[in-house]
This record gives sequence, structure tokens and C-alpha cells, in this order.
Amino acid sequence: MTDQLVPILVATIAAGTPLVFAALGELVTEKSGVLNLGVEGMMLVGAVAAFAATAASGSPWSGVLAGAAAGGAMALVFAVLTLTLMANQVAAGLALSLFGVGLSAFVGKAYESVSLAPSPPLAIPLAADLPGIGPALFVHQPLVYVSWALFAAVAWFLYRSRPGLVLRAVGESPQSAHAIGCPVIPIRYLATLFGGAMAGVGGAFLSVFYTPLWVENMTAGRGWIALALVVFATWRPARVMIGAYLFGGVTVVQFFAQGEGVAVPAQFLSMLPYLATIVVLVLISRNINTIRLNAPVSLAKPFHPEVA
Amino acid sequence: MKLGIVCRMLLGAAAAALAGAAAAQAPLKVGFVYVSPIGDAGWTYQHDQGRQQMEKALAGKVTTKYVENVPEGADAERVIRELAASGHRLVYTTSFGYMNPTIKVARQFPKVIFAHATGYKKAANVGIYNARFYEARYLTGIVAGRMTKSNVAGYVAAFPIPEVLQGINAFTLGMRSVNPKAEVKVIWINSWFDPGREREAANALIAQGADVVTHHTDSPAAVQAAEEKKVYAVGYHSDMSKHGPNATLTSAVHLWGDVYTRITRDVLAGTWKPTDIWGGFRQGMVDVAPLNKAVPRDVADLVAETKQALVAGKLHPFQGPVKDQSGKVRVPAGQAMGDDKLAVMDYYVEGVQGQLPKK
Repeated sequence: MTDQLVPILVATIAAGTPLVFAALGELVTEKSGVLNLGVEGMMLVGAVAAFAATAASGSPWSGVLAGAAAGGAMALVFAVLTLTLMANQVAAGLALSLFGVGLSAFVGKAYESVSLAPSPPLAIPLAADLPGIGPALFVHQPLVYVSWALFAAVAWFLYRSRPGLVLRAVGESPQSAHAIGCPVIPIRYLATLFGGAMAGVGGAFLSVFYTPLWVENMTAGRGWIALALVVFATWRPARVMIGAYLFGGVTVVQFFAQGEGVAVPAQFLSMLPYLATIVVLVLISRNINTIRLNAPVSLAKPFHPEVA
Repeated sequence: MKLGIVCRMLLGAAAAALAGAAAAQAPLKVGFVYVSPIGDAGWTYQHDQGRQQMEKALAGKVTTKYVENVPEGADAERVIRELAASGHRLVYTTSFGYMNPTIKVARQFPKVIFAHATGYKKAANVGIYNARFYEARYLTGIVAGRMTKSNVAGYVAAFPIPEVLQGINAFTLGMRSVNPKAEVKVIWINSWFDPGREREAANALIAQGADVVTHHTDSPAAVQAAEEKKVYAVGYHSDMSKHGPNATLTSAVHLWGDVYTRITRDVLAGTWKPTDIWGGFRQGMVDVAPLNKAVPRDVADLVAETKQALVAGKLHPFQGPVKDQSGKVRVPAGQAMGDDKLAVMDYYVEGVQGQLPKK
């Protein structure tokens, strides 16, 4: 099985990437105190928009932009409902997911027979020639490198920058943040839009790069997994990454194991990614103090500046 | 005033049309229930092609209506009942999970005739129909067996039920009939539809040496993966060549048009009986899609010849001796497997690698 380590690693990273985008986006949203359960819907709408834009223009990058814009637009609907009109976040998020499933299916009708040209992976010069690790880590779709940059940016932004500190403050205690003059609602708007745009990019990765086709409901639950990852990773970006790749990795490894003829029931193997991810993340996050420290206190609680 | 005249004219025209239709005997209203959107390829797409073919063949005598994307379960019952209650005298329910709802609604509408695909429950007004998909699998296996260089084919499969196992085993027997060294690796993804996992499974099989990939799942993702990795693929349900123009050797295709025309014609003539149709090449219910240009002439000839034998009923894919993985003889030499044995198949034949997941 050692000769298959490189394909396994490559497949793991590819399988984890849509989760990385969606979960990092949702992490930033939740850190500002907004719980948006509409990730699945935003991913699907992003996927269909990206597919349509790529089919029309021939450029996968225009697809990524369209995916981000469409995911952002979905998040804007959610933000207006919950932040301006003060609708319940849980209910509005669930509605957004259902709406996204239907909307993407409706818009995607025309694209079902279209097949996109696959985009070749991008090998990083020099790094890709490193023995073993090179082909595993540095020959990927360009969007994979973008996801690594996104991780670095989110980690730096939240914990090393002043605006990130303000965003976390808004998520902890919007009243206090408001009292010292932070614009709570605009910050939550931006964080929600960012989460939507990243979910859209995750969808774009699926429909344009990963499986270059549009089929109804093609995210197959990845949006919900991204949501769960954020919670199990106790809102820490590095743990989100571990969770996303662990999930992708176990999915891929069980396929390789089946191909090798390992005699384990397939039903058990397909349960394994969920089980492994939850167990590992719960174990590394089991300290109650870390959970208290990292969970945004005002998550899903509405904020009225007038009555604060 | 003017409006009044227009209204009266319209009414008159409508009345005339109604009278005309009644005189020519009202066309039979036929309903179809589909489990997924029609899309451009796949299970439901093939059923819809069959519906259109039937409508054309019986032009003027029938009108059809379909409801797509109906989940198996409570929703199905509601949709089937609505079709029966709104004057459809023949209703096709095209997915296994519609079996119990169909039987239940049929009891409430004894004058309506129902035809259920791939199930096993019949009633006085419910007939069943299914296709011998494995016959087409056997033929595609012959193509794969002649085209493989690594002697390994990969099979992305959904659930270990008899229908899927018939396909895997027939494909393997077809391959080994022309290439005794050929082996088949199977990966179960436990889903009929998840493009991401279908693709990952196909990639894993290719990384493990398979140079022909086929699938018993609903999306073209496995074919696409083969196209990208520059290996061959065999499509399923529909001709998948547009998703992998270089990779797709051929596809095992379902054809429902003839059986729909036949059943509907019987209902029109009043000669319908609740039959159990299980047809293959002979009845025109399965076929293989046009072969890839890369397939050499002699292989194409062999496929045409074998197809002739299947159409004529001279060849059975599970012609003995058939051994399972453990070497146990499942069909003795000189015999062909009976339908009763086929319907409960729960093992791999010799040549499939790995072990079948236990229930």
C-alpha cells in the first residue's frame, strides 16, 4: 500500500478542500456571533453559479468569482432577515439551506447536459520535484493553494489583527462592543457575507474543479459536515483544517482499502469518516476550558442596538 | 360588447373541440412517476425516453403526464393517488421503492392499471416489469476484457443487492470469457448518488491499477475521472460518451420504449393482464451504446456476434460452469442459471477480487 501513499494524500487534500472553504467561512461568521445554518444551500448555489459562469466564459476563475458572489448573495438574504429584521437565526438558516437546494436545482436545469473541460492541476515549480512529499502536496488544483492561504489569513486575522479582535469581541459581547463604539451590526454583516462567499467558493471547487459537472444536490451533505466541523473544532482554524482533511482522508483511505480487498463491511467503512472525525476532534477539544474560551458567547443571539 | 363576442366565440370553439374529441374516443391518460429529475442521462432519463417513444408510437391514442423527483415513501403514495384520481387509467411507477405505495393505491383504485418497475409484488391491477441489465453488462465486459492492458477493471458500486451483483458478476464473466487473466476490483460507496465519492472511488481504483472503470451509480463522475486519468470507462444507464469522449468504450443502456408501448397497447385493447416482464436483449430492453473509435474491428465484430446470440436467446451470461470466489460451483456445466437463482444472487463469481461486504 506504500506505493499508493501519494495518490491517497492527493485525494485526501482534494476531498477536504470544499470542507476547508465552507468551514473556515462559517467559523468567521460564527466568531462574530451569527449562526448561519444555510451552508449547504449557499454551497449549492455557489456551485451552480460557478458552473454556469465557467460554461459561459470558459474560465474557471470567473466561475470561482461567480461562486463567491452567489454564496455572498445568499448570505446577504440571511443577514437582512436575521440582523436587520431580527428573524430567528436557526430557522432562517435552515430555510436558507432548503431554499438553496431548490434554487440551485431550478437554475441548474439548463446545465445538466454540459460537461466542463477538466482544469489541469498546477505543479509548484521546484517544490513539486521534492521526493515523495512534492507530488503529494504541490501538484494540486490552484484553488487548493488558495485554501491554504485562506487558512493562514483567517488565523492571522482572528488572533493577530485588531479588526479580528473587534470581530471576536462582537461575538463575545455585542453589548460591550457596542458600548465602546464598535459597529456591531455592520461587522456581523461583513462576517456573514464572508462566510457565504467562502461556502460559494467551496461549492465552486466541487462543480468546476473536483467533479467538473453540475448535478442536482451535488454537495451531498458537505455543507452540514462543514457546520459540524466548526463546532467539533471548538472554533479554532487549525483544528478545522485537521477535521476537514481527516474527514477527506478517512473517506479516501476506506476506498483504497476496499480496492485492496480488506474484508470490512462497506457500511462500516462509509460510517468511518464521520466517526473518526468526531472522535478525534472531541478528544483534542475535550478540555472544557478551551471550549468556554473559544465558543462565541453570543452565538445565535440577536442584538438590538437600541435596547442594548 | 366586443369582449362578449370574443367570449362567445371561444366558448363555441371549445364546445366544438370537446364534441370532436368525444366522438374520436378520448385518448388514454397515462401517468409516470420518476424518482429523480430527468436530467440528461441516467435511470430516470432512460424511462423518460421510453415514455416519449411510447407516446410517439401510439400518437393520438394516449396523452402522458410525468411527475419527476418524487421521493420514495409517503410522498410517492400521494403522487400516485393524485394521478389515479385525476383520470389516469394507467400509471407507471419507475422505482423499486414505489412498490408498497403502488400496491396500496392500486387497492383503492381497482379500475386503474398500474405497472411497477423492478419490484416483485403483483395484484389484479398491478403488473411488474424489469430489464436484464446483466446481459448488457456481459457484453460491455467483453469489450473491457479485450481493451484492458493491466488486466484489472474497477467497478464503483452502490449497494450489495442482487441487481448490482448480477451486473458485477456478468461484467466479470464477460471479461474473462475473452481474457482469462482479467480481474475486477469493486468499491462500494453506499450511495446511489454522490458525485464526489463516485469520483474518489474511481480514482482509487485507477491508482490501484485498473485501466477500465465502470460504475453502478447515477452520476457520470466515474467516467469523468477515467477521462482525466486517460484510462477507459464503461458507462451505465445511458450513453455516457459525452462525459468522457475518449475514455468511454461503450455503455450498458436501458431501453424502456418498447415495453411501455406494449403494455399501453394491451391496456388500450383491453387485453392487459397483470404480467411479470423481465426482458433483455431479446425484448429490446437493454443494449450497448455505440463503441468507441479506439475499439478495434475484431472486438466490434465479436460484440456484434455475441449480441446476436443474446438476442436469439442462444447465449446466457450465466452459462455453466459458473464458480463463485471460493471455487464452489454455482451453475454446473451444461446449464444456465435460472431466474430464481439470479434474483437472489449474493456472492461474487471467480475473478472478482476482495470480499463481499456482509449484511
